[in-house]
Amino acid sequence: MLLDFFRLGMSNLRRRKLRAWLTMIGIFIGIAAVVSLISLGQGLENAITGQFASMGTDVLTVQNAETGFGPPGSTAITKLNEHDLKVIEGVNGVEFALPRYIRTARAEFNKVVQFSTITNVPDTQVEREWIYSSGGLKTEQGRLLKSGDYGKIVVGQSFGANNIFGKEIVVGKKILVEGREFEIVGVLKTSSNFFLNNAILMLDSDLEEVMETGEEMDLIVVKVDNPDDAEAVAERIRKELRNDRNEKIGEEDFSVQTPLDTLKTVSTILTAIQIVVAGIAAISLIVGGVGIANTMFTSVLERRQEIGTMKAVGAKNEDILTVFLIESGLLGLAGGIIGVAIGLGISYTVSVVANIAFGSEIIAFQCPPYLVAFAVAFSFSLGVIFGAIPSYQASRLKPAEALRG
Amino acid sequence: MMKKGKIIELKNVHKYYNLGDSVVKAVDGVDVTINHGDFVAIVGPSGSGKSTMMNMVGALDIATKGDIFLDEVNIEHLPESVLAQIRGKKIGFIFQTFNLVPTLTAIENVMLPMMFQRVPYNERRKRAKELLEEIGMGQRLNHLPNELSGGERQRVAICRALANDPEVILADEPTGNLDSKRGEEVVEMLKKFSREGKTIIMVTHDMEKARYADKIYRLKDGKIVNK
Repeated sequence: MLLDFFRLGMSNLRRRKLRAWLTMIGIFIGIAAVVSLISLGQGLENAITGQFASMGTDVLTVQNAETGFGPPGSTAITKLNEHDLKVIEGVNGVEFALPRYIRTARAEFNKVVQFSTITNVPDTQVEREWIYSSGGLKTEQGRLLKSGDYGKIVVGQSFGANNIFGKEIVVGKKILVEGREFEIVGVLKTSSNFFLNNAILMLDSDLEEVMETGEEMDLIVVKVDNPDDAEAVAERIRKELRNDRNEKIGEEDFSVQTPLDTLKTVSTILTAIQIVVAGIAAISLIVGGVGIANTMFTSVLERRQEIGTMKAVGAKNEDILTVFLIESGLLGLAGGIIGVAIGLGISYTVSVVANIAFGSEIIAFQCPPYLVAFAVAFSFSLGVIFGAIPSYQASRLKPAEALRG
Repeated sequence: MMKKGKIIELKNVHKYYNLGDSVVKAVDGVDVTINHGDFVAIVGPSGSGKSTMMNMVGALDIATKGDIFLDEVNIEHLPESVLAQIRGKKIGFIFQTFNLVPTLTAIENVMLPMMFQRVPYNERRKRAKELLEEIGMGQRLNHLPNELSGGERQRVAICRALANDPEVILADEPTGNLDSKRGEEVVEMLKKFSREGKTIIMVTHDMEKARYADKIYRLKDGKIVNK
């Protein structure tokens, strides 16, 4: 019986005028926003967890506070240095602390000059292995750096893939970094951490020499003994550095970030974006729903005689109600299907564009079946809900009056 | 087996419409008895109340006062769902404007009354096809109403009226939108149904067509003026 009503509803949808479909743009937009939000949101979440999972949960990052307060010049930022490293290493719960450099260096190959990110890998094995494993570093070609690999480098995936020097870069080629010649011993696999894809990796001692870092360092990364104590250890480091620098709480010129802090910051931004998009989606869906209600009201008015006829041939009030509810549900469903298609299109495009822009698989396009099923079911229900009042009105029409048109 | 005796009985039926401060007496005290197999014509000028009377007999409208019996059952105090059931099963309607559902094909239109009686799909389709073939519409089963001529549309509507094999057929100006030849054909068909035992009530203002009926009631200002 219900199937018959669906058939009837389908045949009624066929005659819909353009204006009826236009009122449903809201549904298209709303469903498209929801679908792209969720499918991109998931991709983004995966990308972000990728970025930070690669850092591990046992890592603390110590860095200079970004800006100083007061008149210019009065607060020249004190860079982190060897002394700070010593202080941190002395803190209870710290397994080891490593200086990290993220610099931009001039790289030359095939007479083409590019500026690339350059970063260091510890000279010593245990620390180096930890950096490799927590960063998920693997090579596509060649190998990673070993102890004593002076004058050798490993390059990120995009060096190999994107041909940025106009000539293919392979293991064994020599490349000039800040005027010094280095031999490439490995090319990294694509990483979810897109910073790595564009980086040149070299041993500490090489980097110190090439970049003339001296005593200063950009970051200090700390491996804690026990990941569960990360917060407590971070607090102890803050205290020790404050004491060492004679600073009061709240006036630190450094910061200690735990993995949790970083994730929190990112997830706050993500949540904000999601709230905005969800808001747009909600408004569009309401507008779309009102469009459906409006269309159905018009339809009931236009089809009074038809309703009267159906009642004359034996349709009960419930039958008319069902016929119209299904029809309005199908209207929502049609909008939903188009919306899902648009939404998936948007998220596919965004993921492709993002992957081209960052030169890696930063956002994987996702099309979870449950999302499609949910969106379709939801849009049908939306149609039914917003069609309820007009459908009820249709069902309550008095047959003789309806027949008069 | 043809049934005998009365099938429809109107007792002192009134229908008033309130139009602000004036009251229109569309039907004003009508007593009529119609027997099984009768072919009755109701004639009268427009506004005489003939369609209103027809609607009340067809359980489409409720009388302001008085009683209408259909097969001994007083239909004036029944809930809408029961009335819908009665309309679907016992009565077949034929309208001046055909009233086919424009999005449904000829055969689907004929199937519609059976759908509301929960007749299974295949059975519905079979009966609809038979009815349409019988009436010479076998070639037009899958045409939409707007692809059919007026005469063809009315034939589809007649098949729809017969779909649930009702005892009574109510035809409200069935020839009003047809040329005289097609109109004649329709009335001939009604006459045939009456001979087959169906009770026919036809509203018309065309005396030519009314002459096919066994009995003619003239309505004027809501009252029957001949007996």
